[in-house]
Amino acid sequence: MYKYIVKRLLLMIPTLFGAALLVFLLLRAIPGDVCEIRLAGTGLYADPAEIELCRENLGLNKPLILGLDTQFTDFVGGYLTFDLGDSMWTGRPITYEIGLRFKLSMQMAIMATVVAVAFAIPLGIISAVKQDTWIDYAVRTFSIAGIAIPSFWLGIMIILGLLIFTQAWFGEPWMPPIEYVSPFDDLGANLSQLIWPAVATGYRYSAVATRMTRSAMLEVLREDYVRTARAKGLMEKVIINQHALKNALLPVVTIIAIEFAFLIGGLVVTEQVFNLNGLGKLFVESVGAQDFALTQQLVMLVVLVFVFTNLAVDIFYAWLDPRIRYS
Amino acid sequence: MSTPQIYIQADDLVEEHKPWWVTLWDLCKRQPLGAGGALVVIGMVLMAIFAEYISPYDPEVNAFEHMLEAPNADFWFGTDQFGRDILTRLIYGARTALFVGFTCAFVGAFGGLVLGVASAYFGGKFDLIVQRIMDVFMAFPLIILALAVVATLGTGVENVIIAITIPFIPQCARVVRSSALSIREIPYVDAARACGFSDARIILRHMTPNVMAPFLIMLSTFVGQAILLEASLSYLGLGVQEPTAAWGLMLQGGAEEYAESAPWVAIFPGVAISLAVFGFNLFGDALRDLLDPKLRNR
Repeated sequence: MYKYIVKRLLLMIPTLFGAALLVFLLLRAIPGDVCEIRLAGTGLYADPAEIELCRENLGLNKPLILGLDTQFTDFVGGYLTFDLGDSMWTGRPITYEIGLRFKLSMQMAIMATVVAVAFAIPLGIISAVKQDTWIDYAVRTFSIAGIAIPSFWLGIMIILGLLIFTQAWFGEPWMPPIEYVSPFDDLGANLSQLIWPAVATGYRYSAVATRMTRSAMLEVLREDYVRTARAKGLMEKVIINQHALKNALLPVVTIIAIEFAFLIGGLVVTEQVFNLNGLGKLFVESVGAQDFALTQQLVMLVVLVFVFTNLAVDIFYAWLDPRIRYS
Repeated sequence: MSTPQIYIQADDLVEEHKPWWVTLWDLCKRQPLGAGGALVVIGMVLMAIFAEYISPYDPEVNAFEHMLEAPNADFWFGTDQFGRDILTRLIYGARTALFVGFTCAFVGAFGGLVLGVASAYFGGKFDLIVQRIMDVFMAFPLIILALAVVATLGTGVENVIIAITIPFIPQCARVVRSSALSIREIPYVDAARACGFSDARIILRHMTPNVMAPFLIMLSTFVGQAILLEASLSYLGLGVQEPTAAWGLMLQGGAEEYAESAPWVAIFPGVAISLAVFGFNLFGDALRDLLDPKLRNR
C-alpha cells in the first residue's frame, strides 16, 4: 500500500509540472500585458517609460523560461518558498485574494454536492430496481435533461421565478442578496443567498451521479451473490440496501469526488449569473485584466485539487480492492 | 448452448432482406428515446440548412421600432432589445450551434482516435509520453481550459472551436486507447505486421475500424457538450460575438436585465440549447446501446 501511494505521488509530479508549463505558456502567448491594460486601457495617453517601469517592477521583462532567474522560475519557485506572489492588478498577495473567495466557493461546492447526492442516490436506485418501467423512463429523462439544461440558464430561470413569485405573493420583488455572509454569523442570510446557485448546479451534477448510480446498481443486481441473497429469502429492502448498494456505491463515490473537485474552481458561469464573488468570478476577472500571476495560481489551485482528489479516490480504491495495488 | 446461437445467426440473415424502412422502424421501437433524440437532431439540421427560407426576418438587422415586443402574431417568440425577431435568431442560432458542435466533435474525436490507437499500437516510451501529456490536459476542468485558450487566441467562432476541440482530444484518446490495447493483442495485428504493412496502414486500416464503437459514442456525446460549452463561452462574452446569432449570446445580450420585463428574451434561447443537447444525448445513449451490447442498460 505504502509503495503504491509513493508510486502515485511520483507520477503526479510530471502532470503538475506539465500543467504549470502549459498554463504559463498559454497566458504569455496573449498579446499585451497587465501594464498596458492598466496604464493605456483607460484610453488616455500612457508614457511608454511608465509602462516599461511597471513591467520592470512586476518582473515581466525577465526572460520567459531559459535561465536561472526567469518568469517561470519565479512562478514555480514560489511553491518551494510558499510565497505565491502578489496580484499584478490589485497588488495584494494572491493568498489573500484567493482566501477572500475560497470560503464561498467551498461552501457552494459542498452545498451543491449535498443537493446532488440527496437526489442522485435514491433516484438512481429506484430507476435500476424498476428498470424499463415508466418510473425508470421518467428518472432517465429527468437526468438527461439535467445534463442538457445549461446551469447558467437554469440560474436565470430560478431568479426570474423568484422575482415573479415574490412579486405575486408579497407585492414586491425579492432577489437573493449579493454580499456573502458567513454561515456562522447569519445562517438564514447565508442560505438565502447560496441555496439557489446550489440547486442550479446541484441538479446538473445530480444528473451525472444518478446515471452512474443506476448503471452500477443494474450491474450489481445481476451478480450471483444478489441471487443467493434472494434465494435464501431475504427481504428485497435488505438485499438492495445491504448487499447491492454497498457494492454499487464505489463508482458513484468516484464520480462525486471528481465533480466536487471541479466545482471548487469550475463554477465560472454560475457565479456570473448569481453575481457571486467566488473563485470562478475571480478567474474570469483575472483573465480579463491579464493578471498572469493570479490566473496561473488559480488554475494551479484547481489542478491541484483535482489531482489530489483523483489520488485520494485511487488510494481509497486500492485500499478496498487489493487487486489494484498489485497490477 | 450452440443451437440457439445458430438460430440467431439464421435470423440475422433473414433480417438482411427486410427493406430499410422496416429495419428503421424496428430500431425506433427498440429505442424510443433514441428515436426522439434523432428527430430533434434532424429537425435542427433542417432548420440550420434552410434558415434563409423558413425564418421570417433577417437575424442581424436592428429594428428599433419593435424593441422588446412580447410574443404576438408578427413575432411569435417576441423581439430582443434591438428589435430583432427571436424566432429568426433561434433558427440561425441552430446553424452556429451545429457548425461549432459538429466541427469540434469531429476534429476532437478524430484526433483522439488517431492518438489513442497510435499510443496503444506503439506502446512503450511513445505511449508513456502521450499518456503523460494527456494527463496534463485532463487535469483541467473543461471550461477552465477552454477559457484559457480563448483568452490566448481571442474570441470569435474559429477560436471558440479550437478552444473546445483541444480538451476533447485527450478525452477521446483515453477511451479509444483502452479498447485499442485489447485489439493489439489479437493475432491479426501481428499477422498484418508479418505481412510487412507499414505502421500507418496497420493503424488506419486494421485497428481503427475495430474501435469505431467507442469512437462513435464519444463523437455523439461531444456534439452535445460542444453546443453547451459554446453557449457558456458566448454567455460569458468570450465566445461568438455580435451580431452573429448564437443561443448563448442571446442570453448574454441583456437576458438578465430584461428577465422580468421581457422574460421571452431569456426563456426561448435556453429552451433551444436544452432541447438540442437533450436530443444529441438521447441519440448518443441509444447509439451506445446499439453499438456496444456490453454497455447496454448503463
